[in-house]
Amino acid sequence: MKKKELVNKEVEYKMLNIEDTKYKTIITKKFENRKVWQIADPSLVSSLIPGTVSKIYINEGDSIIEGDKLLVIDAMKMKNTIKVPYSGVIRKVNVTEGQSIPKGFIMIELDIQLVKVKE
Amino acid sequence: MSLKSKTIELLKRREQAQSGGGEKAIEKQNAMGKMTARERVLALLDKDSFNEYDLFVEHEARDFDMNTKVLHGDGVIIGTGTIYGSPVCLFAQDFTVAGGSLGLSHARKITKIMDHALKLRIPLIGINDSGGARIQEGVNSLAGYGDIFFRNTLASGVIPQISVILGPCAGGAVYSPALTDFVFVVDNISKMFITGPEVIKTVLGEEISMEDLGGARVHAEITGNAHFFATTEQECFEQIKKLVTFIPWNNSRKALSFKPKEPKKEFNIESVVPGDPKQPYDVRNVIRAVADDSDFFEIYELWAQNIVIGFARMNGETVGFVCNQPMYLAGVLDVDSSDKAARFIRFCDAFNIPIITLVDLPGYLPGVDQEHAGVIRHGAKLLYAYSEASVPKVTVILRKAYGGGYIAMGSRHLRADFVFAWPSAEIAVMGPEGAANIIFKKEISEAEDPEKMRKLKVKEYKDRFANPYVAAAKGYIDTVIEPKETRRLLVHAISVSKDKTNTNPQKKHGIPPF
Repeated sequence: MKKKELVNKEVEYKMLNIEDTKYKTIITKKFENRKVWQIADPSLVSSLIPGTVSKIYINEGDSIIEGDKLLVIDAMKMKNTIKVPYSGVIRKVNVTEGQSIPKGFIMIELDIQLVKVKE
Repeated sequence: MSLKSKTIELLKRREQAQSGGGEKAIEKQNAMGKMTARERVLALLDKDSFNEYDLFVEHEARDFDMNTKVLHGDGVIIGTGTIYGSPVCLFAQDFTVAGGSLGLSHARKITKIMDHALKLRIPLIGINDSGGARIQEGVNSLAGYGDIFFRNTLASGVIPQISVILGPCAGGAVYSPALTDFVFVVDNISKMFITGPEVIKTVLGEEISMEDLGGARVHAEITGNAHFFATTEQECFEQIKKLVTFIPWNNSRKALSFKPKEPKKEFNIESVVPGDPKQPYDVRNVIRAVADDSDFFEIYELWAQNIVIGFARMNGETVGFVCNQPMYLAGVLDVDSSDKAARFIRFCDAFNIPIITLVDLPGYLPGVDQEHAGVIRHGAKLLYAYSEASVPKVTVILRKAYGGGYIAMGSRHLRADFVFAWPSAEIAVMGPEGAANIIFKKEISEAEDPEKMRKLKVKEYKDRFANPYVAAAKGYIDTVIEPKETRRLLVHAISVSKDKTNTNPQKKHGIPPF
């Protein structure tokens, strides 16, 4: 596609609401593709960077205490140990050892609950 | 040996040194649709104006059998020349010589011409086409890059610096262009990134092509790293030459004056802007309706299109335009548009170019992504740049100027010298709909027919505040003008401001919200 076509391509106007007023305008690609905000679900453990799962410490159904090791992800030449931030039970494990995962991949799902602290 | 035979010897040596990486490498360069470094230099500069230095410089590397390798000019051409008669210093990396890789001698040639540019106080143009650091030279290559970045920084705001990306420019190398004032890219030829597709794939497992990662279009449309986008190298050189006509040689000069020309008749200022503030139009046509010869040289045409920036001439003198663009995102300010305008304002201020601001915006773009992307910090750059700028500043409010957007867009409060408003200007804290919903919340909700009451109250607010006269009564705007008077008043304002003095408090430097 030539630059001229890019600039002069058929324009499609939409409405953009700013403080209760609707303006007729072109919505940019960047705005249209913006990341929609979602409330974080604390029961889902997802990857912060892409990498490879090299070790899994837990199984589905295990009871875990805040601070227990969940798994190790090899990423950026580092072994990153992921610990569980809440106490609870492992509901589901979505990864296997050796699996490569992208950023934001939901690796483990928890049932968060209050359990007795280890003796 | 006679002088004649010595001269013949020189010519022989020169021819050899100018052969770059040899026929095969040149063929390969051409096959990629790229000109050679020497062809580029000659295409960019005025005919017969180029003088080359350090043609016979050689590398001094000894490791990895480098002592047996001859690299002509060590992979970079440096020199001085002219563009439409204006002097420039220039370097061009030669990809045909060891992939244009940067070793110590290569870097020393570049820093030599950079030092020249700063000393001679003339613009610097760098043509980048390099595979990156010459790995065989180890830390010397890194030292070379550091020396270049340092000089880019010192030269910033003293001489205009232009980077042209005509090939790969990867890893640390990208930071030299990033430190310069204008970056030019060409479709399918320019590639810029910190870490390439190979590394990204190995480390992160993400697969992406070079073009999608850091091609010309990516930098012109998404990242904002490139100011100018061209489809061919020749088009790119034409853009550079045009830019050079708009900017001064250095920060103690003014841009060259041209013969004044009236705008073209086809751009009728009175028919460009719709009366309804909710309807879009292309603000570039307002610029064309007031600028000399209707010639507007836009910067960042494809990035953050909700604000328009660029150069034009008023009565023969270069000016910088900063304008909200109602055609895109209603002309709101957001992270990218604030960044875009702020940096341009600082360029204009550093190089004695008056700033004309055309205002028509509903405010800032609402959204979680904007807030989380730091619109506060980025938006502050625009306030900082306008406040600090001491060049003549003329603002015309065309239609809406609501809330924080009104303040940010070159308002009186940020030291604008002249603020004009069209009769269609609406200077208020927010749009009538939003304001009525807040001020008359109770009346509206308690009314028998809330919709009818809302409309009534919106009208009431509109009648009272949606005009330029409230601000004019307080002296925040100087004159309410007829649209057709705009050019005459802009030309007048710029011409009476020629000897403007405006100083900032003594300081080492400010601390802008980078």
